[in-house]
Amino acid sequence: MKQEEIQEKLSTAFSSEVIQAVDEFQGQIYVTVAQEKIREVCLFLKNDPDLAFDFLSFVGAVDKYPKKPRFEVVYQVYSLKRNHRFRIKALVDETEEASASIDSVVSVWPTADWHERETAEMFGINFNGHPDPRKLLLPEHWEAHPLRKDFSALGNDQDTPDLPPRVRN
Amino acid sequence: MPVTESLELNLGPHHPSTHGVFRAVVELDGEIVVNATPHLGYLHRGFEKTCENKHYHQVIPLAERCDYMGASSNSLVYCLTVEKLLGVEAPERAQVIRVMMAELSRIFSHLFWMGTHAHDVGAMTPLFYMLREREEIMNLFELTAGGRLMPNYLRIGGLIRDLEDGFVERLRAFTDHFDRRVDEYEELLTKNAIYMDRTMGVGILSKEDAIALGASGPMARASGINWDIRKSEPYSGYEQYDFDVPVETGCDVYSRYLVRIAEMRQSRRILVQTLEKLPAGPIRASKPGVIFPPQEEIYTKMESLIHHFMLVVEGLKPPVGEVYQCIESPRGELGAYLISDGGPQPYRLKWRAPAFVNLESLGRMSKGCFFADLIAILSSIDIVLAEVDR
Amino acid sequence: MGIERHLNDTVHVTNLEWLVNWSRKSSMWPLGFGLACCALEMIATFVSRYDLARFGMEVARPSPRHADLMIVSGTASKKMLPAILRIYEQMAEPKWVIAMGACACTGGIYKNYAVVQGIDRHLPVDVYIPGCPPRPEALMDGILQLHAKVMKEQSLHNPPIPKIRSAG
Repeated sequence: MKQEEIQEKLSTAFSSEVIQAVDEFQGQIYVTVAQEKIREVCLFLKNDPDLAFDFLSFVGAVDKYPKKPRFEVVYQVYSLKRNHRFRIKALVDETEEASASIDSVVSVWPTADWHERETAEMFGINFNGHPDPRKLLLPEHWEAHPLRKDFSALGNDQDTPDLPPRVRN
Repeated sequence: MPVTESLELNLGPHHPSTHGVFRAVVELDGEIVVNATPHLGYLHRGFEKTCENKHYHQVIPLAERCDYMGASSNSLVYCLTVEKLLGVEAPERAQVIRVMMAELSRIFSHLFWMGTHAHDVGAMTPLFYMLREREEIMNLFELTAGGRLMPNYLRIGGLIRDLEDGFVERLRAFTDHFDRRVDEYEELLTKNAIYMDRTMGVGILSKEDAIALGASGPMARASGINWDIRKSEPYSGYEQYDFDVPVETGCDVYSRYLVRIAEMRQSRRILVQTLEKLPAGPIRASKPGVIFPPQEEIYTKMESLIHHFMLVVEGLKPPVGEVYQCIESPRGELGAYLISDGGPQPYRLKWRAPAFVNLESLGRMSKGCFFADLIAILSSIDIVLAEVDR
Repeated sequence: MGIERHLNDTVHVTNLEWLVNWSRKSSMWPLGFGLACCALEMIATFVSRYDLARFGMEVARPSPRHADLMIVSGTASKKMLPAILRIYEQMAEPKWVIAMGACACTGGIYKNYAVVQGIDRHLPVDVYIPGCPPRPEALMDGILQLHAKVMKEQSLHNPPIPKIRSAG
C-alpha cells in the first residue's frame, strides 16, 4: 500500500482529536497521534487486515527542548505481509508535578520491551504498564538522563562519575 | 525432606565465550536454565549523544565503529540516510563499489561468526581457517582507503576516492577460490555428528515468536520468514543483481548456521556480478555546497575550492525534515532515523541496531535448555556488543 | 670473554636479575581482555599471519589468575570500569598493563559521559599503543617495547605494590 493510502485508512478509523497532525518528507509520511490513545492506534495498525503492521522496527524518542510538548515518542512499524512501512508519533510533555509518561505497547508488540526501557532511561519518560521498568544500558548508580538536550555530552562528576560511590571502607 | 533452591550464576562481563562484554544472570536448576536475564550496557559509548555534536561527515567514522564486524554496512546505511534527506543519489560506479564493500563486509562478518560459534561449541579448527580468509579481505579493505578493519571509505554522495590499481584483480582472485574455502568449512561442520548433536533442536525460536520479538536477518530467515531487505526494499542498485535468499524452517541453531553459510555463497555470487558490471564514471554525486567536489577540481577551480573549504569548516546543512532508511546488514535490519533541523549537526540520530533487538529473544530461546546450550544459543544470535550497547 | 670462552661458549654468565627479567619477558601470558574493536586486531596478532607465539605469548588465558599481561583493547565504558579494576586486582604480581588503541589510552573518539577518558586514570599503564585500531604490527611493536622495559626492571628490589582505587 502507498503511504497516502495507509494515512487515509488511519484518518478514517480515528477522529481528528486522535490524529493530531500528518506530515510528509521525501515520500515518507508520519502521523502524530494523541498520546492517550497510542495503544488503541497500535492495536489497529497491527490487527487491521489491510495494514497488518506485525513488525515493530523501533521505539525511540526525541527531545524538543525548549519547545512544548517536550518529547516526541516515535514508533516505526513494518508489515511483513504487505511490505510497507509507516511511522507514528506521540507528543508527551512533562510538567513540574508529573514526569512525562505514555502507555507501553509491549502488549501489542513484545519487542518493544527493551526499546522502551532504553528510551525511559535515556529521556526520563515513564512507560505505563511496562513489565520490567529497570535500567538497561546505563550504570545503576546514575540518575542522569543523557539524551536530553539540556544534558551536556561531556557529563560531569556528579551525575556521571567514573566509579560508583564506595559502599564500604 | 530435601529443600532445593535454584543457583544464580553470573555469566560475567569478562568471559571467553560471550563475544565481548556481555553479562547475563542465569538462574539454574541443576544444569537446566530456568531464566537468563541479560544485563547490558558494558560497552555503552554514548554514540547517539556524541553524534548530535558532530558534523554530518564526522559521524561516518563513529557509525562505522558501531558494528565493528561489518563496518562498511554501517557507513552505507548512514550515507544512504543522509542522501535521502538531501535528495541526492550516488552515481552508478559508486553504487556498484558500495555493493562490493557491503558484500565483502557480510562475508567478513559471517566468517568471524562461524569461527567463534564453532569455537564455542567445541570445534577449534574453523577459527584459524577463517582468520586466513579474513586477512585476504582485510588486504582488500586496505586497498580502498587504508583501514584494515574500519576502512572509512564511503562518503555522503558516493565514495572518498576511486579504487586503487590492483583491487579488481585481487577481488577476482578472492572470488575464484572462496567457494572452495566455504566447501572446506562445510566439510568440517555441516555433517559433523558432534556439531549436529549440539545444535539441532537447540534454541528454538518459532516463526510467530520471531516476528513478535522483532528478529530480523539470519535469525528470522532460519525461522522460516522469507524476508531480505535487499529484495523487498532494494537500495544502492541491489535490484540488478541475481541472488537467492536462503530460508530454513528448522528454527534452531543449526538452521542459523546453514543460513549464514548459504549467505556467504550468495554474497560471493553478487561480488562476481559487481566485478562484471563495474562501470566507469564519477564516484561522487555533484551538488555544490552539499557534496564534496572532486579532488582534481579543488586544485584548478576557485568555486570548488571554496565549496570544499566551507563544507569542511562549517559542515553541510540539509533541509529540515526526518527520514528513516534501513539496509540488510549481516545481522538484520540496520536502520538510521535522522532528524535534521537545518543546521550542520544532526538534531537526532537514532540507530536501530539489529543485534540489540535479536538479543531480546535470548530469554525465550534459552528457557529449559542446558547451560552448555545457552552458550551455543548466545553465539548463534551473532551479537556485536558495540551495536547492542551503542 | 673470560670463563665463557674457556668453556667453548656453552655457558652464559650473567646476574640473577637479568635471568629473572629474561624469563619473565620470554613467556608473558596475556589476559584475553578484548573489549571492543581493538580485540579483533589483537586476535589477528595472535594467529598465523602476525604470530605472537614466536614471543612466547600464545597462551592467552581468560582467567586473570593465570595471566601476567593485561592488554586493555577497546573502550572502557564507565559501567565496565569496576569489573576491569577487579580483574586487575585478581592478577598476581608481577603484572603489566598495555593500553591498546585510542580509546584505552585517552578515551579515543568518544569524549562523552559514558567513556572513561583513558584507563590510566585508574590503572598503572606501562605501554600506550595509539591507533584506531592499531595495526597488528603496532601491537607487536608495543609488546616488544614492553619486553625491553621488563628487561630494564629492578625486579629483585621488591618495589611497593601500587594501590589502585577500586570499586569497594
